[in-house]
Amino acid sequence: MRKWPLLLTVLLVLLYPYLLQSTYFRTIGIFIGIRAIVVIGLCLLMGYAGQASLGQAAFYALGAYTSGVLTVRYGVSPWLALPAGIILASVVAAAVGWPALKLRGHFLALATLSFGLIVYFLLKQWSFLTGGPSGLSGIPALSVAGARLRSAEYYYLVWGTVALVAWLAHNIVHSRIGRSLRAIHDSETAAECLGVDTFRLKLQLFVLSAAYAALAGTLYAHFVRFFSPAAFGFKVSIEFAIMAALGGMASIYGGVLGVATVTLLIEVLRAVVPLALPAAHAVAAVETAVFGLILVAVFIFLPDGLAGGAQQLRTRLVARRAAAAGQTKEARS
Amino acid sequence: MEGMASLTQFLLVGLTLGSIYALVAVGFVLVYNVTGVLNFTQGEFCMLGAMLAATFVRLGIHFLPASFLAVSIVVLAAALLERAAISSARKATPLTLIFITLGAAIVIRGVALLFFGTEPYTLPVFQNLRPLQLAGASVTWASLSALVVGVIVVLLVFLLLERTMAGKALRACMINRLAAQLMGISPQLMSLLAFVLSAAVGAVAGIIIAPITLAVYDMGLMLSLKGFIAATLGGLASAPGAIAGGLLLGVLEALGAGYIGSGYKDVAAFIVLLIVLFVRPDGLISAVRGERV
Repeated sequence: MRKWPLLLTVLLVLLYPYLLQSTYFRTIGIFIGIRAIVVIGLCLLMGYAGQASLGQAAFYALGAYTSGVLTVRYGVSPWLALPAGIILASVVAAAVGWPALKLRGHFLALATLSFGLIVYFLLKQWSFLTGGPSGLSGIPALSVAGARLRSAEYYYLVWGTVALVAWLAHNIVHSRIGRSLRAIHDSETAAECLGVDTFRLKLQLFVLSAAYAALAGTLYAHFVRFFSPAAFGFKVSIEFAIMAALGGMASIYGGVLGVATVTLLIEVLRAVVPLALPAAHAVAAVETAVFGLILVAVFIFLPDGLAGGAQQLRTRLVARRAAAAGQTKEARS
Repeated sequence: MEGMASLTQFLLVGLTLGSIYALVAVGFVLVYNVTGVLNFTQGEFCMLGAMLAATFVRLGIHFLPASFLAVSIVVLAAALLERAAISSARKATPLTLIFITLGAAIVIRGVALLFFGTEPYTLPVFQNLRPLQLAGASVTWASLSALVVGVIVVLLVFLLLERTMAGKALRACMINRLAAQLMGISPQLMSLLAFVLSAAVGAVAGIIIAPITLAVYDMGLMLSLKGFIAATLGGLASAPGAIAGGLLLGVLEALGAGYIGSGYKDVAAFIVLLIVLFVRPDGLISAVRGERV
């Protein structure tokens, strides 16, 4: 029974570029995939290990900028820049995570938040390297054996990566490590008493989520081929965290669902609001306000996110069906 | 003497900035300790206060009633927010509550953009007066009044917390929510009170910063973040700590901008926060106390 949603999702993802044949929809599909890679990492970190990160855009930026700077300024091949970005992000994550993961709860959230902002400000400040606030342009497109990847091919590359990353995450969750992580989530002290090296696990997961984010950042860099620090600000970190939370955090597929929901919501608002309001600044304002309102409402009414909400609905339906079945049996006898 | 004068100048700028950060941080610490919520709307309260006051002054209302009106509206908005969003979700996890306040901050920013637009607003106060000369440094009346109002508001909050029954109940709730509840103090009521009080203080902070820096619809986020830093420097547990943290942050920023360069001002603030978190997670200014579990 539980296999069906997954199979349908896979089918939808595979057919999507042919169902909606326009550059616009293909671009959205690619963006959802890229963000999903970051959010799957965040789900592991926040949902399974219970460690909040409000600075994930920093690692995303490290991936994108390493790739961008190496390819534009030093002519390095994108395929070599990709691992370089991942390694740099992992090293930085280990260095930051070492002291930061000793903090708990809100303090960890504040530490990751400030780390994200420091990276953002430095990207703006170090213009000799990053191009500063005006951005980095001329990033080469990815090509395989001399042939440039077209948008449909890029789409499958991104979603192939999503599948790989999700499979890895799935294996982690369903291993001994996954069980230890859930123990940390429920009570770190109890987990430690049972012999789990909680600090090491948290650090490994933090580094892994940073590597995921850097991988996504590289894919982003070679897709948009021009970006500025604005693409990696506080708002972006918050959006990643919100996507993970909206999906329900404690489920990898929920994370992907969260990404798709938030991305599509923003696009729908962008398409619908101008129809009702002609003034330009009013459109941006109403988009922002409605987006915020929906977020608040979802978190009030579905504190466990969309996946949690679906789970609740299913339990309730099953219970109702069982009750109905019980009643008919009674009526018969 | 040249160096001395510029030092005085930096200190004055720092204290002015610091008194604003202190007000934001006080509101933040109040809400955090009473409700356990890391409230991202704190800076938006400042923005609303500043924008509303500037709008009313533009409509021809005198500065003082305009400010009073602005603070009242912000307080009402905060009460509404607390009842509608925070109170109805109080069983949610701390992380979910953070996201709720983040969402609420986005809503407030959107509404502000709708009503005020993207242009910066001025709030002309004491504009015709010439800057004061003080030990070789010049200080504008707007900064000086910001400093004075900041001190007065801080004293008022202090008196409210120390001398009134409601303030004592609030403090009891900050120290131990369960014990306070057992003593007949309603945590829901205190949560509302904390939000209202922090919104009022935040709105005042916004109004006193507006004549110095101009008011824009998106100024709230940075103020929230600076408030977080100040509150964390002060240990996140007490109003006096938050005030000291705010002043310290303001002075550090002004000195950093003056001697190192203004481009690194914000980076420096966050690096200071990281160092404090890593080295002394209880804050620089915290008194010795038992660990809060």
